[in-house]
This record gives sequence, C-alpha cells and structure tokens, in this order.
Amino acid sequence: MRLEIDDKRMELTMGMLLRFGVVMASTLVLAGVFFFLLDHARQPANYRNFVPHPLSIEHRQQLLSGISHGDAAAIIQVGILFLIATPVARVVFAVMAFLLERDWLYTAISLAVLGVLLFSLTHPS
Amino acid sequence: MTVLVFTLLVFAGSAVAGLLGALTGLGGGVVLVPLLTLAFHVDLRYAIGASLISVIATSSGAAAAYVREGYSSVRIGMFLEVATTIGAIVGAFFAARVPTRALAVLFGIVLIYSSWLSWKSRGRRDEMTIIADPLSDRLRLSGNYPGPGGQLISYKVANIPQGFSTMFGAGILSGMLGIGSGAVKVLAMDQIMKIPFKVSTTISNFMIGVTAAASAGIYLSRGYIDPGLAAPVMLGVLAGSLTGARLLARSPVAILRYIFIVVILVLGVEMIVNGWLGRL
Repeated sequence: MRLEIDDKRMELTMGMLLRFGVVMASTLVLAGVFFFLLDHARQPANYRNFVPHPLSIEHRQQLLSGISHGDAAAIIQVGILFLIATPVARVVFAVMAFLLERDWLYTAISLAVLGVLLFSLTHPS
Repeated sequence: MTVLVFTLLVFAGSAVAGLLGALTGLGGGVVLVPLLTLAFHVDLRYAIGASLISVIATSSGAAAAYVREGYSSVRIGMFLEVATTIGAIVGAFFAARVPTRALAVLFGIVLIYSSWLSWKSRGRRDEMTIIADPLSDRLRLSGNYPGPGGQLISYKVANIPQGFSTMFGAGILSGMLGIGSGAVKVLAMDQIMKIPFKVSTTISNFMIGVTAAASAGIYLSRGYIDPGLAAPVMLGVLAGSLTGARLLARSPVAILRYIFIVVILVLGVEMIVNGWLGRL
C-alpha cells in the first residue's frame, strides 16, 4: 500500500504536530512556573543584572537530576527544550512527506534546512 | 516588585505582544524586547533570550489555525528557510562582534524603510501586472489561496534571487537580536517577491519558528534564557498569538496593512532612539 500525501495534508499534519509540541511544552512550563511561584512568589524580582546560566545538550544529566528533585527551573528548561525541538520536528516531517511525494528537489531543500538546524544545535557558541 | 506581581505583569504584556505579532506576522519579539527592557528594566540579554523563546511559541502555536485558513505554502516557506537559518547562525556569530547600539540603529532604519515601502504601495499592487520569475514554476513556488468568495486565486512568485538574499538578511537580524524579524520576512515576500499579503504573513509565521530555532542553541549556551522570565513570556505570547490567529481570517487586508505600517514605524523610531542613547 502506498501512503497518499499531498501538500494540503502535509500542512494539516504539520499544524497538528506543531500544536502537539506547543501543548506539551507549555504544560511543562506552566507546571514549572507554578512550582517556581510557590518557592519565590514574595521575593523581589530582579532581572537588571545579567548572570548567565548556560544550558546545552551537554547539561542533560544536570536537568534530569533537577527534575527528579522537583526543581522548578529544570522543569521550565525541559519545557523550553521541547519547544525548540518543535519546529525542528516540523522540518523532519517535511523531509519524510516530500520523500513520500517523490519530490526530490524539496526533499533536498528540507534536508538542507534540517542540516543547518542540527549544526547550530550541536555546535553552540 | 515581587516575583508574583512581576510574573503576572510580564504575562499580560506578553499576551498583548503576541496578539499584535500574530495579526501582523511580525512575531511578538520586536514588541517584547522594548517592553521588557524599557518597562520592566530587564537586562537586554535576558530580554533577547525570552523573546527568542516567545517567537518559537508564537510561530508554532498559531500554525494549526493558519493552516486551516489555506493561506500557507509549505514550499515557499521551506525554500526560503534555507536562507533564514544560515543567516541566523551567521547573525549569532556576528552578534558578539558588533556593538548592540549600532545594530539597534541599523534595525530601526530597516523598519522605517519597510514601513515607507508598504505605505507607498498600499492598494496599488492588485492592479499591477506581476512579472513572474521563470524560477517560480520550476521551483514549484506558484500556488493559490482562497479569495473572499471562496474561489481560489492563483499567484506566481517574482524576483526570487532578491527575495532569497533579503531572507538571508532577515535571518542575520534574527540571530543578532533574538527576534523573529517577521517585518523583514513579510517585506521580502510581499514587496519584493509579490506574494499576496495574507499568504506572506502566514508563511512568515511558519518561518519565524524555524529561524529562531536555528539560533536557540547558541542563546541557551550563552545563558540568555532565564527560566523564571522566559516562562511567563512564553505562556503570555502563546495566549495572545492564538487569539490573534483566530481574528486573522475575519480581518480585512487593508486594516492589517495599516496596523503593520504603524507598528513597524513606531518600532523603528523606538529602536533608533534607544540604540542612540545606549539603552538597548
């Protein structure tokens, strides 16, 4: 059986994929904010001074241990990583959909976009 | 201000930015960065980081609603994303070397210029004969969209090389300033490539998320994304942008275009003034 796909169906699926990613990400972030406010609600807010908290794929161990300890900031950060992964997933889906359409030109174009995205996510700074 | 009050106010402000971003295809970022730095006294780097997250949320959250309206074109978007994502990486590398003040002033000039271009061409475009780029059919960029009576109106794409280069510039600005640079993306499609306005704003919305994702890794590793700030910004912008996407189909193009012209003009002046005074 051949999978039938056209641009319209591809776009509808992409829309659902993006919505799914955003719902997952925002649920995590919402939960994180809730715990964050439980801990910090009455403290003064200060974002005037920049104190960097670097985060990258190399920090995944640190994130996992943060979550297992119920650390609000770690929950938010996982939500943010989920959000960043969402448009990347859309491009991955486009590569597969164009392959099914046997549209080699756009398979190559989507692969180029995916390559650039993966390069930037794995070569930070 | 306590963290609770700050979080709620930032959420409300971000919701307004998200609404405006979705209606104009600008993305919430350009409104958000001045709001966070000027009204909430947030360090520019945190503001840029939160803004970058918010533009991904705006783009992805509104996508499902945009697709249903039928204005989207996955091919034009994907083709131009090659230029914007490479630009975003170049921009993120440049960002450390060029003073932010100079960037802000340059960006303001680009915004004011595009506002002027939109003003000059309002209402005139539809009667003009568009000379389609021969590449439009070869790259399968030609498409159609639903008109006011439900009939399909087809379009072709003009000036593809110029549009592609402008998208590279849009990517650089996005990577440098942590914004979606939707204004420049819409300018490239609507003004240069002669793609219908609603189609342009819809494609711009999709492209913003992918472009922002290209510089997100760099921002994360620089520590620009603070969870306590990024969270209310992301949730607020999402709420605003979903409302905006729902209103889009019912908004007449003429009014959208006026909103667009005024917003980018005001933001252009704002960027120049703040860049000049060294407040950005």
